[in-house]
Amino acid sequence: MKPLPVKKNFFSLGVIVLAVLAVNGLAFLSIRFYSGLGAVTNLDNQTPWGLWIGVDVAAGVALAAGGFTSAALAHVFHRESYHAIVRPALLTAMLGYTFVAFAVCIDIGRFYYIWHPLIMWNGNSALFEVGICVMIYMTVLYIEFLPIVTERFIGKVNFPGALAAFNKPVDALLKLLDRGLSKTMFVFIIAGVVLSTLHQSSLGTLMVIAGQKMHPLWQTPVLPLLFLLSAIAVGFPMIIFESLIASKSFRLKPEMKILSNLGSMTVPLLGIYLAFKLGDMFIRETFIYAAKFDYTAWMFLSEIGLLLLAFLMLLSRKTSGSPAMLFTAASLIIAGVLLNRFNNFITAYKPFYDTVTYYPSIGEISVTIGCIALLVLIYRFIVIYFPVISHEKK
Amino acid sequence: MIYIEHMNNIDRRNFLKTAAIGAASLTLGSATVKAADKPLSDDRIGILVDTTACVGCRHCEWACRTAHGLPAGELESYSDNSVFKEYRRPGNEALTVVNEFENEKNPLLPVFVKSQCMHCEKPACVSACIVGALTKNEDGSVTWNDDKCIGCRYCMVACQFQIPTYEWQKSIDPHIMKCDLCSERRSNGKLPACIEICPNEALLFGKRSDVLKAAKNKIKRKPDTYINHIYGEHEVGGTTWMYIAGKKFDKLKMPPLGTATAPGISEAIQHGIFAYFVPPVTLFALLGTMMWVTKWKKTNGSDEPKGKLPDVNDEKEK
Ligand code: SF4
Ligand code: SF4
Ligand code: SF4
Repeated sequence: MKPLPVKKNFFSLGVIVLAVLAVNGLAFLSIRFYSGLGAVTNLDNQTPWGLWIGVDVAAGVALAAGGFTSAALAHVFHRESYHAIVRPALLTAMLGYTFVAFAVCIDIGRFYYIWHPLIMWNGNSALFEVGICVMIYMTVLYIEFLPIVTERFIGKVNFPGALAAFNKPVDALLKLLDRGLSKTMFVFIIAGVVLSTLHQSSLGTLMVIAGQKMHPLWQTPVLPLLFLLSAIAVGFPMIIFESLIASKSFRLKPEMKILSNLGSMTVPLLGIYLAFKLGDMFIRETFIYAAKFDYTAWMFLSEIGLLLLAFLMLLSRKTSGSPAMLFTAASLIIAGVLLNRFNNFITAYKPFYDTVTYYPSIGEISVTIGCIALLVLIYRFIVIYFPVISHEKK
Repeated sequence: MIYIEHMNNIDRRNFLKTAAIGAASLTLGSATVKAADKPLSDDRIGILVDTTACVGCRHCEWACRTAHGLPAGELESYSDNSVFKEYRRPGNEALTVVNEFENEKNPLLPVFVKSQCMHCEKPACVSACIVGALTKNEDGSVTWNDDKCIGCRYCMVACQFQIPTYEWQKSIDPHIMKCDLCSERRSNGKLPACIEICPNEALLFGKRSDVLKAAKNKIKRKPDTYINHIYGEHEVGGTTWMYIAGKKFDKLKMPPLGTATAPGISEAIQHGIFAYFVPPVTLFALLGTMMWVTKWKKTNGSDEPKGKLPDVNDEKEK
């Protein structure tokens, strides 16, 4: 089996639905750029960060973690049987980070100054570190993806008409690029893993400075560690999730052997995260807040409950054998981590002066959903035209 | 208005001396001192708000708006007491606001509290700002730089007093708005607008150390009038604006904060992860070695070339 372009029509009923959602999101987005953040979002001086930072950026980065965990597994630890999942995971990470960068661009008030952190540095700022790491990592991801592009075109360069004279030189250039890349790729792969561990954890440092404004159930000095561990734990489930969806929608045979192995590897990773998360709760004795069973407590408990449930499911042998069960467990973990990021950035933020409670506006939700829809469409386009998914030639 | 010593009269040589000592300690080995930690002047500003002396005339609000080019209206309109019905926060149109609170000792004389940026000694907003658009100046003031700010609003997340506000209705050139201690007026040798206009002795401006002494004296002289707490002396590592009052500060809607500086933990974590890039580089080396070793183990004994580092195009499965 080799990664090959999927033979499939781009258009389907689902694609049309996604396109409608994307257009709807873009419509709200145009209002944001015309009349300012206040016109589209429910943000105010008490709640400066909302859905776009909590979900699009923070959860987006976490859910793109499959890129670095699979790279570490397949390349650093050389589990070569997992190479089949590296490319789809790489593609998800690349698109995921592009989506995150886009979200940052629409959320910052002076979007035209997005390049400022490149030359104006503040080493004390956790946000600066996140910003720089994400920018470099995104570049690394694009470089890692380049071989897939060269593979697609080498020997197939075919310009029409008069341009045909360029066919040979371009092909030679691509070959040169390909050779250069495969010699140096290990540098980028390791850099990708290092950059990921750095900014996944710094994303947790972000809210530490909010101090007492953050609910004690979440505010802890080990936040960076919790963010890193949960990102590592959600990496493989994310690959399982998208791989099963892709094989369903393209009618391919799911790679069950690889996927169920990923499932069992998730058990210790998730276990470590849960141990730290619960340990932190017991050491700081914050369970008294969880025992209040109010809205905030329930948000906290559901975040842990989802992950515990998935953990128990994955412990049973039956789960890893059945695509449906494996899919459920993976979805639970994804939902749990997503809720965790939402909670950290939105539920937990309880400032002293809080006159209006924040809830995301229709505009914010539309933009988020629209961006996700666009992401899925681009993913579909790429796997149809580029050799990403491994499958038998039909 | 009382005024102990104007900042602009600070002995320049003193400033230079402090700066020289700071520079020396930087070069002399203490490598952990970051360049951003400019030494604060010993003569830095302090302002005391005596809430028992404030009459709630709100002239400071008018003067502040006028000084910052914000729509201010007639000074007379500020005697309208109905604004006190609702608790107000500083915002884009008013960098300082005065609120009314009940006075249990004498219901006829309510307590008024002016609020604005505290100009923290260790400001969370400065530590947080992604591009360093906020600066803690030697004179103690914290100012915002229009040319740098990208509008990420992380400063608003970080500030424990919820002071910076954002112009939500603007798509182009939204500003972060907060008290700048009238830096423009002071560079022209004038006092901050609110200090200058205050008709009572509610605002005391001077050297922080002098102001603090004055506050302690006031409390000592009238222990029945004041509670024994100077809000801002130690809160989040100390602030430029400080308050004394006849009742507990949480009853005046001042957040109960500890003495630990807000950026302390965050910066410690940040520098721990990054400590001169040693941890990231070590991790890189470690992973590189691991990659090479696992590859070597795999290939040893097989007919693949030894020691060749892998690439993404490797397609080993059958
Ligand atoms: S009160 Fe807030 S905005 Fe003002 S200096 Fe302190 S942290 Fe910065
Ligand atoms: S909004 Fe502006 S001043 Fe505030 S942290 Fe962001 S860049 Fe700095
Ligand atoms: S001008 Fe002085 S007395 Fe009047 S409200 Fe302001 S601080 Fe109080």
